[in-house]
Amino acid sequence: MQLDAPDHEYMYSGHVGCPGCGAAIAMRFTLKALGDKTIMVLPACCWSIIAGPYPMSTLKIPVIHSAFETGGAVASGVRAALDMKGDTETTVVTWAGDGGTFDIGFQALSGAVERNEDFIYVCYDNEAYMNTGVQRSSSTPYGAWTTTTPGTEWKKMRKKNIVEALVAHRIPYAATANIAFPEDLVRKVQKAKKLKGSRFIHIYASCPTGWRIPSEMSVKIARMAVQTNIFPLYEVEGGVKYTINYKPKEYLVREYFKLQGRFRHLTERDLDQIQEMVNEDWELLLRKAGERI
Amino acid sequence: MRGGVPTKCHGPEGGRPMKRVIEGSHAVAEAVRLAKVQVISAYPITPQTHIVEILSEYCANGTMNARFLRVESEHSALAALIGAQSCGVRTFTATASQGLALMHELLHWTSGARLPIVMAEVNRALAPGWNIWTDQTDSLAQRDTGWIQMYCEDGQEVLDSVLQAYRLAELVYLPVMVVLDAFYLSHTYEPVDVPTEEEVDRFLPPYQPRFQVDTENPCAFGQLVPPGAYMKMRHNIATAMDEALRCLNEIQEEFHAIFQRRYDAVEAICCDDAEIILVTSGTITSTCRLVLKSLRERGEKAGILKMKLFRPFPVALVRKATSRAKKIAVIDRNFSFGASGIFAQELRAALCNVPDHPPVFGYITGIGGLDVTVELLEEIYWKTKNTTFPEQESIWMGI
Repeated sequence: MQLDAPDHEYMYSGHVGCPGCGAAIAMRFTLKALGDKTIMVLPACCWSIIAGPYPMSTLKIPVIHSAFETGGAVASGVRAALDMKGDTETTVVTWAGDGGTFDIGFQALSGAVERNEDFIYVCYDNEAYMNTGVQRSSSTPYGAWTTTTPGTEWKKMRKKNIVEALVAHRIPYAATANIAFPEDLVRKVQKAKKLKGSRFIHIYASCPTGWRIPSEMSVKIARMAVQTNIFPLYEVEGGVKYTINYKPKEYLVREYFKLQGRFRHLTERDLDQIQEMVNEDWELLLRKAGERI
Repeated sequence: MRGGVPTKCHGPEGGRPMKRVIEGSHAVAEAVRLAKVQVISAYPITPQTHIVEILSEYCANGTMNARFLRVESEHSALAALIGAQSCGVRTFTATASQGLALMHELLHWTSGARLPIVMAEVNRALAPGWNIWTDQTDSLAQRDTGWIQMYCEDGQEVLDSVLQAYRLAELVYLPVMVVLDAFYLSHTYEPVDVPTEEEVDRFLPPYQPRFQVDTENPCAFGQLVPPGAYMKMRHNIATAMDEALRCLNEIQEEFHAIFQRRYDAVEAICCDDAEIILVTSGTITSTCRLVLKSLRERGEKAGILKMKLFRPFPVALVRKATSRAKKIAVIDRNFSFGASGIFAQELRAALCNVPDHPPVFGYITGIGGLDVTVELLEEIYWKTKNTTFPEQESIWMGI
């Protein structure tokens, strides 16, 4: 299949990610869309490791590694400095995991987008603290095993809806994207790049290590997340205008769940309940997009 | 105000015809304006607010050409400056107490990233219970974070120290905290010589970063580092701290040539023949100058060692200034629980390898803003004089 994405690569051939790492794929396509006039702020996450140790770097753009909870704030400072230097050309991007976005970095992110700081915040979401060995985050989905939600203590709370939390700030642009839909991902990053103010992109990035799936299943699982409506592809402009980019009817959620070790303990009844939750969320999204009354 | 005891620091010669009567907080703001800071980021906390209110005004009305980031916490205030300073611009923040404690993680980050950020820190007590008055424990508790720390006695010293802080920070690539007492200094109006832009430009050239984030030369800042390289980087910070002591001395010469004022790492007042030296910092020094004058008039051989610089700790200067004293009395407006007053600890550590050094008495007072009066300081003097050897590490005064 021929991808409709820029040819140029902004990652070198080596990185320190696990085999099948969705976050590495997410970075590759995001950078294709951003180009080399980009400064990246990288708060603690898997990518703090994936980018490689001193004196090497996987990335061909400048990166400021930063403390875990500072993604929104460090980027605000970078933008302010560039503005003072008269540099309007460079795009400032924060690249954070779900822990750094949904949990510890949420305050700084909320502060930055409330101020409508001129930057793109990308959250690559692998649904737990994977870098530290699979601990639950507020992005971990209902039903998942992690090392801190073991046995019968599997997570009984829903995944935080981060996009809706960002949309509530009425930011110029918020979108979901997925490593199995690279053209859609590249289009959204390119669109975000052309806009001003705070832009948020939530990328689904599968994690074979933490999800207990074979590494070659990484992209397939990611695709199924969209095809089951578990992770719908949509974008929101100005905090109000919803567009759903993909309307699937391919799979039931149980087919997605059955493939992953992290959900192995769930009963048929649990899966029925999860199907209802997914249906409910999808209906809500359709209503927001004006496709249901 | 310095209570009448003439000092080397503040000679009357070369003074400007007009001084302005301003708050200590305003002195900070004027210095930040004169330093042509480009990015300011701050979160409000009493008693720091007057500093950032004026700076907000200066940014809004065009007096300063700078961006003011009104962030949602002190943690983000310093994080934003880490981002901005990494891009090669001059930056500033101000905080106090809980705010500084919240910044703690990023204080380490700033020095580790070798960013010459300057901060004004208004000494305020830590909660609980809530107390907004002066107490040095907030800043002294940050002694191991790799920040240079300067303590100020009056409004003039505040203004001058902020200017010197930028000069020093940008020479050694370490951050500097300029510390002033809550209310006794931050909210007290005093005559201050506010220099002209031209004068300040001669002392403080525009920031020329040795390294910065640049899309034309893409580099990774602060990435994963193996043990050997990490240890070398930490050693470089230690060396830079040592260098700061030497640089501060050189800076004083240049500063004096332009402004006819100087501030050494320590100021030894009447220490040459002093039998008892009172070690002070912050505004307590001013009160102590009055006590010293009165004691000297009564023939007492007293002296003051004013600690301007806390980090790097000026060990050699402290040893020299106290070499002829019979007793040392350290006055600490702070406390390290389970140990002692923090200046006293540092003094003891500085002297322990000096053979036959004088005994160090540790006095704790002024905690949570308690007024440190002339009478109380004099009591400390007599208590020290009338006791052969300190029977306890810390003597709490004024409880």
